[in-house]
Amino acid sequence: MGMSIFDSKREKAGFFIALVILVFFIPLLNAVGSEGSVFHVSAFQLSLWGKYITYAVLAMSLNLLWGYTGLLCLCQSLFFALGAYAFGMYLMLHVGVDSVYNTALPDFMDFQGYTELPFYWAPFESASFAALAVFLVPGFVAFVFGYLAFSSRIKGVYFSILTQALTYALMLLFFKNNLELFGRSFILFGGNNGLTDFKQIMGADVNAEATQRWLFIASSLLMLGVYLLIAWVITTKFGKVQQAIRDSENRVRFSGYSTTSYKMLIFVASAMIAGVAGALYVPQVGGINANEMTPAKSLDVVVWVALGGRGTKFGPILGAIVVSLIKSYTTRAYPDSWLIILGMIFIFVVLFMPNGLVGLPRQLKPWLNRLKSRRSKVVEASNPSVS
Amino acid sequence: MIRVPEKKHTPLILSVDGVTKSFDGFRAINDLNFYLEEGELRTVIGPNGAGKSTFMDLITARTKPDAGRIVFHKDNGEDVDLTRVREHDVSQLGIGRKFQNPTVYRSHTVYDNLKLSLSGQRTLLSSLFYRESSEDREKIHDVLKTVRLSEFEACLAGSLSHGQKQWLEIGMLLAQDPKIMLVDEPAAGMSDEETERTGELLLSLEGKHSLIVIEHDMEFVRQIARRVTVLHQGHVLKEGGFSFVKNDPKVIEVYLGRQTRTH
Repeated sequence: MGMSIFDSKREKAGFFIALVILVFFIPLLNAVGSEGSVFHVSAFQLSLWGKYITYAVLAMSLNLLWGYTGLLCLCQSLFFALGAYAFGMYLMLHVGVDSVYNTALPDFMDFQGYTELPFYWAPFESASFAALAVFLVPGFVAFVFGYLAFSSRIKGVYFSILTQALTYALMLLFFKNNLELFGRSFILFGGNNGLTDFKQIMGADVNAEATQRWLFIASSLLMLGVYLLIAWVITTKFGKVQQAIRDSENRVRFSGYSTTSYKMLIFVASAMIAGVAGALYVPQVGGINANEMTPAKSLDVVVWVALGGRGTKFGPILGAIVVSLIKSYTTRAYPDSWLIILGMIFIFVVLFMPNGLVGLPRQLKPWLNRLKSRRSKVVEASNPSVS
Repeated sequence: MIRVPEKKHTPLILSVDGVTKSFDGFRAINDLNFYLEEGELRTVIGPNGAGKSTFMDLITARTKPDAGRIVFHKDNGEDVDLTRVREHDVSQLGIGRKFQNPTVYRSHTVYDNLKLSLSGQRTLLSSLFYRESSEDREKIHDVLKTVRLSEFEACLAGSLSHGQKQWLEIGMLLAQDPKIMLVDEPAAGMSDEETERTGELLLSLEGKHSLIVIEHDMEFVRQIARRVTVLHQGHVLKEGGFSFVKNDPKVIEVYLGRQTRTH
């Protein structure tokens, strides 16, 4: 048996075509060609699609949990936001010296009269520290929370509710400017406004087209890398155990697997992937605030995965991009009805498209066949002389 | 007859001594004593609420007793106190359990269902880098033959009939090389023909494994019965051969009588 991580030649070819387009063509078409030319990809389009790609990675990370393991996590955007904050803190500390306050501190610290960085902010000046924090912080939160939830056998809808409570609690915390603890006040992460107005990333201008191009390439590579990782994992015995947990966790446990440690590893890995996606999101969008931690944001991700097709490799990517496109259109055309439309999409998918967009061709096949055979019967019946 | 490993000090494989377990004041298991010999096929019967499921939960460390000891006698002479073992480690010791409702992995093939159940390493890393060996493949095919599912190896388990799912689950236990197999109502919901085949399958395992079969269906019990234990109110009411037990007035009163009346 030739074990390959790709299911078919078509999938393999598609993967490499995507690689070439995302990593070479689109950046190239952005770099050359003049504004207004048909072949030119504008800076706006580039960072917009860069953002969608980070969403796609976020959706893939949820699919790993929900689609393949049956754990419906309602705080996936929290992990994304934590990664985004971790990298945003690094960017925030490289905004240069303020002309009004004459300090290199973020504005919100200046407003409160801070003259030096609090100890928990200081390490984020280092790019490599921030790069580690981007996945270690969400990973740590997932580890602690997952340990508590899984070792006390919290499952199903109770797990989902708890994850929602977790993102809500941390959202409330991140909306605050200061945290009063032990009679002292700790400045947090920019409160309502969050972190924004970035200037430099690793010495380069964060808004320069070349920088945005590299960020787009990095996001694409992340997405393709995560795709390969998931494609590989689901072919291993680990991936099979994962799906077996989804089908019958009791049986897996009685077969001698510690389902708690399997679920822990998947939960932590999925949080880390979401965190890295969040880190790449921040410099392309230009900011992060606690709005990204509202429970509704995590529900968005659930809709992406459901629409695209959960438990499929390509579904989450497709779902994230399709919903984002619909959102960007409707929020311009019908600003007040976006959430209603999102809700309707979800209900429709749950009722009529159990396998999502990816499963649609297979779902429609018998129906199309019937239609075709009926039409040929009608033709036969109307021309009896022909036969 | 059954060969008892030389190092063992007892022909037993499992001893349950004076075990009591209460739930919210209700004594599900009351001073239960139960001894299973190496290679024995034991049938456990009893009316609803006799404590049969709790009995299985106790042996598989799913619940812990309030009092008493449950000891697994290993081949090397070592005695393991099952009340101190974690649930997922019980199967590593060699105790497998078949649930009442068939629990198989529906989105995996029959073959993969057995592959995941094969004895061996269960750590995260070992399953990430597991490679199927030819012994593994042979073992899976042996089990497929035993449970008569060879022609279905590539089918999704979810597409099997109810009876086939029950056999697959028994196969999943066999793939673990269990010393003791706990089988909960294997014939429930089966046709007469399937029931008979299940009986043949269980009888063919006698001697190679020690089995505890919980069953309601008296026809089925008659087919497979060697030694029968009758549970009543969490306590052993009677133990012995099928006809001995069947003709015992007490047993008739609490169980069989009740059943003949309902039929």
